[in-house]
Amino acid sequence: MLCASAMPADDASPIPDFSIRRLWYLRGVRAAFSVPGLILASAFIGFAGLAKEAGLTLVQTVFMVGMVWALPAKVVLVGAILSGTSLPAAAFAVALSSIRLAPMVVALVPEMRGPRTPRWVLYFLSHFVAVTSWVLAMERLRGIPRDVRTSYYAGLGSTLVLVNMVVVGVVYVLADSLPPVVSAALFLLTPMYFLTSLWGSARERAGHVAMAIGLVLGPLLHLVVPGFDLLGAGLIGGSIAFAFHLLSRRRAKR
Amino acid sequence: MTFDALDTWWWPFLFILVGGWLATDAWRFLGVYLGDRISDDSDLLVLVRALATALVAAVIGNLIVFPSGALADMSLALRLGAAAGGFLAYLCLGRKVLVGIVAAEVILLAGLWIWR
Repeated sequence: MLCASAMPADDASPIPDFSIRRLWYLRGVRAAFSVPGLILASAFIGFAGLAKEAGLTLVQTVFMVGMVWALPAKVVLVGAILSGTSLPAAAFAVALSSIRLAPMVVALVPEMRGPRTPRWVLYFLSHFVAVTSWVLAMERLRGIPRDVRTSYYAGLGSTLVLVNMVVVGVVYVLADSLPPVVSAALFLLTPMYFLTSLWGSARERAGHVAMAIGLVLGPLLHLVVPGFDLLGAGLIGGSIAFAFHLLSRRRAKR
Repeated sequence: MTFDALDTWWWPFLFILVGGWLATDAWRFLGVYLGDRISDDSDLLVLVRALATALVAAVIGNLIVFPSGALADMSLALRLGAAAGGFLAYLCLGRKVLVGIVAAEVILLAGLWIWR
């Protein structure tokens, strides 16, 4: 069955020493230099242009990449800055656009923690959670020994953030405009990567159901109740998928 | 209290910290707090995973149907066709992410070239 998530057998192994942790950290670093990492960097090329147009300085833009990280949240924040929104209203809009981070982290934490992982490590690593690193982690953590998963994710997450801070800085300085065909091709990279890798990383059939419903409901709700589209699609799609999960399991037991 | 309200060097950074960092990391920290209390194989985790997956899928759908920038100038049919074609290629040709992406880009660029 698809639902059978493999538990690694090495839960009782000795505490990994520093050299082993460094090895897995570096493997995480290497995982950042991959097709998904490249695709994310291309999305940040577009963000650098947006921030520059909004009148942010180079340092402010790079600072925002490091501190906020999630790309949709940054786009909302820059939009709020552009439209002269006050700080409380801007923070509210960003918070509303980022609620999805909570269930994403909830799903990731049981995947990532080892038997002895301290809390503060999880809180620290959660800062690196955004769609790309989440999809990558949900896809790959399964194949990594449980007690070094935090090291691997630290390497992956921190490298993605740092590399894209550099990318945004360089693009901010160099680029004024790309040919429209090139930027259109760049813009399509991100959804295509998410689409295929999210499908591949689903643990159970319910994940595919949730995905199909979310794909349709997101744009539909965007037309009907803009601002509530993501949350609404998540709640409705997730609930239907969960009901499907319970039903199909009951049928399998029979 | 807008982004340009105070003429000091630190105000924009405080704005980004409160409006950006706090407004996103608060949710991540809440996620760690809750996720640390859920066991690996509980049904609740299946539900949360389904919620998160549907949410991310909604982000994807919006990126394709309501894109920003230059992709917005391309027709909706072309964007949907490229995404659907790429996804089909992914499903049928060995489930390789790169295959899906390349197929979608080829369809998009071919469409742009034909209907320019």
